[in-house]
This record gives sequence, C-alpha cells and structure tokens, in this order.
Amino acid sequence: MNLLKRILGVVWMLIGPAAIAFLIYEAIQKISANPSQDVYLPWIIIITIFAPIAVGFVIFGYYSLNGEYE
Amino acid sequence: MKPMENSIRRVIFASSAGTLIEWYDFYIFGSLAIVISEKFFPQGNPTLAFLSTLATFAAGFIVRPFGALVFGRLGDIVGRKYTFLLTLVIMGGSTFLIGCIPTYETFSWAPLIVLLLRLLQGLALGGEYGGAATYVAEHSPAKRRGYYTSWIQTTATLGLFVSLGVILITRNLLSDDQFKAWGWRLPFLLSVILVIVSIVIRMKMHESPLFNKLKEEGKTSVNPLKESFGHKTNLKMVLLALFGATMGQGVVWYTGQFYAQTFLLKTCNLNDVQANTWIGIALLFATPFFVVFGALSDRIGRKSIMMAGMLLAIVCYRPIFKTLYNVTDVASKTVANEHTSTNSKADAKDASLVQLITTTEKTFTDGASLKEIKTQAADAKTMVPLASSKPLVKKTVTLNSSEAWKIIALVFVLVLFVTMVYGPIAAFLVEMFPTKIRYTSMSLPYHIGNGVFGGLVPFIATLMFEYSKTPANPAGDVLAGLWYPIAIAGLCAIIGMLYLSNKITTHIDEAENEYVHSTPKKEML
Repeated sequence: MNLLKRILGVVWMLIGPAAIAFLIYEAIQKISANPSQDVYLPWIIIITIFAPIAVGFVIFGYYSLNGEYE
Repeated sequence: MKPMENSIRRVIFASSAGTLIEWYDFYIFGSLAIVISEKFFPQGNPTLAFLSTLATFAAGFIVRPFGALVFGRLGDIVGRKYTFLLTLVIMGGSTFLIGCIPTYETFSWAPLIVLLLRLLQGLALGGEYGGAATYVAEHSPAKRRGYYTSWIQTTATLGLFVSLGVILITRNLLSDDQFKAWGWRLPFLLSVILVIVSIVIRMKMHESPLFNKLKEEGKTSVNPLKESFGHKTNLKMVLLALFGATMGQGVVWYTGQFYAQTFLLKTCNLNDVQANTWIGIALLFATPFFVVFGALSDRIGRKSIMMAGMLLAIVCYRPIFKTLYNVTDVASKTVANEHTSTNSKADAKDASLVQLITTTEKTFTDGASLKEIKTQAADAKTMVPLASSKPLVKKTVTLNSSEAWKIIALVFVLVLFVTMVYGPIAAFLVEMFPTKIRYTSMSLPYHIGNGVFGGLVPFIATLMFEYSKTPANPAGDVLAGLWYPIAIAGLCAIIGMLYLSNKITTHIDEAENEYVHSTPKKEML
C-alpha cells in the first residue's frame, strides 16, 4: 500500500500541470472560435481559480512520493 | 431531559439558526438573479455584463475561500463565538443593503455597490460554516459528534427551502407589477429581522469550552495561517482533507441539489413549476438523512459512509440522469393533438425587420404536453425569415402528474448520495485538526471543495454539454456534463480510500491533537 501511495504521488504531481495545460488549451480553442466577453471571462476566471489548486495537488503528490502519508 | 443534552441542543439551535439564515441570504441573490439582473445589470452594456459575471462567479468561488482564511484566522485568535457573530452581521447587513439600493436607472453606481455587497456575502459565508461546525463539535460528546454536527449540515438545504418559500409567498401576496417594482426587495429586507433574532440567540451562548481552555492556558495560536499552511505537518492534512474528501463531497452535493435542477429545466425543458415543486418534495424527504448518516458515522466511521456515497454517485449518475431525460423526452410519445399559430412583433432595433413568433402546442396520449416558441427575425414586408438569422427556440414540457413520483424518486436518490457525503463531513473535518488552528484549517478545504469544485458543477457541466454539440450530432450528448462530477468524485474516492483512515478520533482536545500530530505516521493514518 505504501509503495502504491508513493507511485501515485508521481501521478498526482503530473496531473496538476496536465490539468492546467488542458484548461489553457481548451480556453484558447474556444476563445479563438468566439472571442466575446461571455466566452473569455469565464475561462479566465476558471483558470485563475484552478491554477493554485493544481499547485496544491502537486504538493500533495510530492508529500505522497516522500512517504508523508504512510 | 439531562442538563447536558439541553445545553447541546441550545448550542445546535443557536448555531444552526444562524447558519441557516446565512444560507438563506446567500441563496436569495441566486434565486432572484433574473430580477437583480434586470434592475442592476441590464443587457447590452459590456461593463455591466462584466460586473454581473463577477457577481455570479466571484462571490461563490473566489471570495468564499478568502472568507475562510480571514474569519478562520480570527476565530482561532479571538474565539469562535464572536467570529461567527461577525460573519452573521456582515451577511445580514449586506443582504439588507442590497434590498435598499436604488436601481441602475436612477443610480449609476448601483451595479458596483451590488457587486461589492455580493462579495461581502461570499466572504461572510466563507467564515460562517467553519465557525458553526467547530463550535458545535467542540461542545459535543465524543461519541455523538457526527450526530450533533449533522444538524449544521441540514442548514444549507433548509436555507434553500426558506429562500424559495419567502420568494413564493411574496410573489403570491403581490401582483406581478408590484413584485417587479418593489416586492423583490422584501426577501432581502426580511433578512435583517432574521439576523437580529439570530444574533440575540447567539449572544446568549458561551464560548467553546475547548477554545476557552486553550485561552486560559495561553496556548492559542499567534499566527493560525502560518501554523495551518506553513507547517508541513498540518498542510499535508489540509491537502488530504481537500483532495480526499471535500473535493468529491462538493461535486456530489452540487450535482444532486443544483445540477439536477439545471438539467431538468434546461436540458429536459421541464416546466419550471413542476421541476421546482418535485425537487422541493425530494429534498424534503431526503433532508432527515443528513442526520441519519451523521449519526451512523459515529458507529461505523466517517470515511466508509462518505466513500460509499461517492462511489454510488459515480456508478448511478448516468443511469439516473438518463432515466430523467427519458421520462421527460416527448420524442418517444404519441401526439394526440397539435396546434400551431404565428404572429409577429416589430424589431426593437431595426424597423425593416419583424420578429416572427411561431407557437406550436402539442398534447400527447399520456397526458403530457409540449409548448414550443420559435422566434426568428424576418423581413417586415415579405415576412420571410432571414437565412442569416438563427431561430431562438424555447421548449416547455409539462408532464402528466402521474410521472411526478418517478422524478421525485430519482432526485431523492441523488440527494441521498448528498446526505451520505455531506452528513458526516463536519465531524470528519473537525477531527482532522487541532483546536488552536481548527477554524482556519477546516474552513479552507471545505470552501475550496464546495465553493470551487462544487459551485462550478452547473456551469462546467452545462459547458460540456454545449461543447458536445457537433455538426454530426447537433443535439449533443445530454449526459456529457456528468463527466465532470464523475471524474472529480472518482479521483477523490481513490485518494480517500487509499489515504484516509476510518478511525474516529474520540477526543478532540489539545492533548489528543498533540498525539495525532506527533505520533509515528503509521498510527496516524
């Protein structure tokens, strides 16, 4: 179980930036298709809100990798 | 009745009444969003649209976690009682003032002030819940903490009820014109009476015994924010609380209680009176289960119930929402009668155009009916619709009342999942953190989980549904939006099952928490 937690720690550390990269990619696609305030404002807010959470997820993964939750 | 039980009941009543009123205040704004938009954020002005979007998003998702930090810190330094009295005053004052502000027509600063007051509401809500949950938990006997704190958990649902009830009564007492002119202000103004009553009740309560003990011993935290998030020992628990519990709990809560409503109204086009009444009945039947699962968590553990709720939600969401869609889908019904009428009205912006309004009414053999109103711009002389104009179609499905119990039962099951994940969460969070930084530490993951992950469910799910519409499938996948709550709840369930312990912390005083925070890792988790 502890080994699994450590391995998953790497997964969590990768998911954080991957999720933000995905959100930015999607935002660019949707905003360029329809560059109106109704479209870009919610995307900017979503990315701004989720970016620090993604950082928190990376830290969570780092702790898991280092055996802090064993 | 035992004196101790009497005392804890007073604590629960005082805390729950205030929290319920805060939820009422918060929901009033959402429930009257259309009127508020007309009065303060009229369409066609980009600046006002910007402020309106901020009022919608910022208060619920950005400001709530900040409120958790600001008031959590205060609650860990000054005390629980005075802090959640302050949040109540801020919430009640903001709500009352929204009801007093002149409309945009007569006061051009009105939108900005409404936005600021809405932000204050979000801030106050962010500080309230942690205080109420901590206050009740710190008064509760160890073996009944889940049961007693679960009463706080019912307030979010009951606050929604009260807000809808007050709006419904106001609408019924006044004419449409009266309500639109000034009646919409009454639910906001009423808040001040509710808040004063609640403040009087809370003023009579004593400070939490555990916090008092810390204060007497001079052991309160000097810098709760640093101790909560600057020290690895506690930060790792905050992150675990967020990613292993509140994140999944938040999406399950908002999917069952709010996205179900959005789905029935927008995707299924169900008549709003039927949808809201049936959801209300389902909520009424399901609300007692917050207490049932809270109490059960004292016996079998918080984790097992919360994880079961998340897993059931993940497995059942698609079949339940698919059934909701099928019940309301008129495409599979046999038409008994059909009537179409067309009329036109002058276009407000272009005199050479008219708006063609085609109304089609269908009744079906099972008693259901469909009203479809198609509006499209047309040439004023020829009355031929413009090829460049995209028709606006509004459908309303009214079901035979015999279908009511099917919908109520399905929504009831969705809310039952909510009660499983939400009923035990207050006790679970309280037991994770030491008394001196409990208010700060538990408030942040709660409000990120619920405000951010949960609060965005209706928006993200609707967005995913819209994006599933392609030229090959213009109707889109009606269940596409469910992938967001399913994915978040799935991730949270994996983390929760692997990393959380099902052991109930029986004592939450300082000695025990020193134990929790200093024991070898294997014993702690």
